[in-house]
Amino acid sequence: MIKGKSQGTSIPVQRQSMADYLSPLVRDIKPSGIRRFFDLVSTRKDIITLGVGEPDFVTPWHVREAAVYALESGKTQYTSNAGMPALREAIGQYLDDSFSVEYDPASEILVTVGGSEAIDLALRALITPGDEILIPEPCYISYSPITALSGGVPVGIETFAADNFKLRAEQLQAVITPRSKVLILCYPSNPTGGIMTYEDWLPIAKLVEENDLIVISDEIYAELTYGEKHVSFASMPGMKDRTILVSGFSKAFAMTGWRMGYACGHKEIIAAMLKIHQYTVMCAPIMAQYAALEALQHGLEEKDRMVESYNQRRRLVVKGFREIGLDCHEPQGAFYAFPSIASTGMSSETFAQRLLEEAGVAAVPGDVFGLGGEGHLRCSYATSVTQLTEALDRIGNFVHQLKQG
Amino acid sequence: MNELQLKVLELLKEDARRDAELIATMLDHPVEEVKEAIAAMEQEHIIVKYATVVNWSKVDDEKVTALIEVQITPERGRGFEGIAERIYLYPEVKSVYLMSGAYDLLVEVEGKTLKEVASFVSNKLSPIDAVLSTKTFFILKKYKQDGIIFEENEGDHRLMVSP
Repeated sequence: MIKGKSQGTSIPVQRQSMADYLSPLVRDIKPSGIRRFFDLVSTRKDIITLGVGEPDFVTPWHVREAAVYALESGKTQYTSNAGMPALREAIGQYLDDSFSVEYDPASEILVTVGGSEAIDLALRALITPGDEILIPEPCYISYSPITALSGGVPVGIETFAADNFKLRAEQLQAVITPRSKVLILCYPSNPTGGIMTYEDWLPIAKLVEENDLIVISDEIYAELTYGEKHVSFASMPGMKDRTILVSGFSKAFAMTGWRMGYACGHKEIIAAMLKIHQYTVMCAPIMAQYAALEALQHGLEEKDRMVESYNQRRRLVVKGFREIGLDCHEPQGAFYAFPSIASTGMSSETFAQRLLEEAGVAAVPGDVFGLGGEGHLRCSYATSVTQLTEALDRIGNFVHQLKQG
Repeated sequence: MNELQLKVLELLKEDARRDAELIATMLDHPVEEVKEAIAAMEQEHIIVKYATVVNWSKVDDEKVTALIEVQITPERGRGFEGIAERIYLYPEVKSVYLMSGAYDLLVEVEGKTLKEVASFVSNKLSPIDAVLSTKTFFILKKYKQDGIIFEENEGDHRLMVSP
């Protein structure tokens, strides 16, 4: 197969291994650091993990039951490519009620297979090879690789703990070039828990306007804020048409496995994304769409209870890290604390590895999330209070021994 | 009952071993206020007891539990109170509820054997003058009690690490 016979036409390059068949765009993607850490964790038993990037709640029963009912009533077909009209309408209503952004369900909302697909579609729809895509970091691990797959050039923007990992206009300004096209935002942030307020957004919106940028705003954690209510970038004056709002059901409604996301934006961009979506996945699974509809119609109170529960655990974890003597900025969103382990003198990777081996606690080394992540540890507090308390005890003992020895 | 007391109650209901310190952190309130709230609720018997929910079916020393529907003639002036008390004072009675509908009291009785429970009904409960009739239903299996599912199928199925 590798040295396949040519039937008359000549093969331009002799391929030496299967890897030579691969697209260089794919071949050159670095394996994710989180994957490497996962493999390491999988070899261990009896550990407490703070490494999980999903809610610890099971999807509320009434939502699961809606999917069961959909199956029982024979809802097993394709839906319209953009998603069931009823679901798009419910999403539109919800976004208007909750974040004051109005979208036309018929042309400006697209239901996707998780928020991840929406990000991929948006980047594919926008990127001309060579375009620079600006990405504040530390951030969710997929933005850079997906950008590269479409021939875009990811440009990281480092943000800092001292500033609660907010994106500042000077930092954005510093990386803008004539090739800059897209800014990817993810606030509340995975992994830092940082958020952006209305005042924080104003100078960013101004720069976006002045430099004619398009924004992909990943607002998957929008519901999980503590104190300050989330401000959608799309709700900023003049930003709606420049923003593709990406969100989904995974975090707010504890529905990660359902893979239900959506994108909202200008109808021409949504139409372009829909074109890719219809040729690649056709539509999101119908039973999951029925579940999502139920979550929006009857799940908002349950969601509020879950958010309150995260908030209680957030306070516990932040206080715990500070008592241990690790600097921990106050995370105001998502369900991650991102304490600094710099005072131990170790790299994130060494610290995480030793913490796993010597204390039996798994947490993700911050460097896997890009610039500004080194020296930090991502700790998900979406786990039980008992486990959190035990994990904090173990981390405390571990750090104490380090400092003594 | 104030808002803080209600929040404290919810956290204690989930796990009675949580101490004031932990609860104060989780609710972002001064620990003294939380201690006061707990003390006040203990005083007022809002918090009656810190007990353990036991799945007795996993204990060798098995128990038999029955729910008994009891019809009663109420007493003039006291209604059901006096009879209810006569019944709930028996240690083998685990709970007593006054019910709307076809009968009056629902009585939960626990014993070591079927025979023991049957003997309680025939020798102690039925002979009470005001008791008109009883219907005994033995519990075969407990799936959920006080919001707690006994055989938890919904454990943590998440990957140990995810992005």
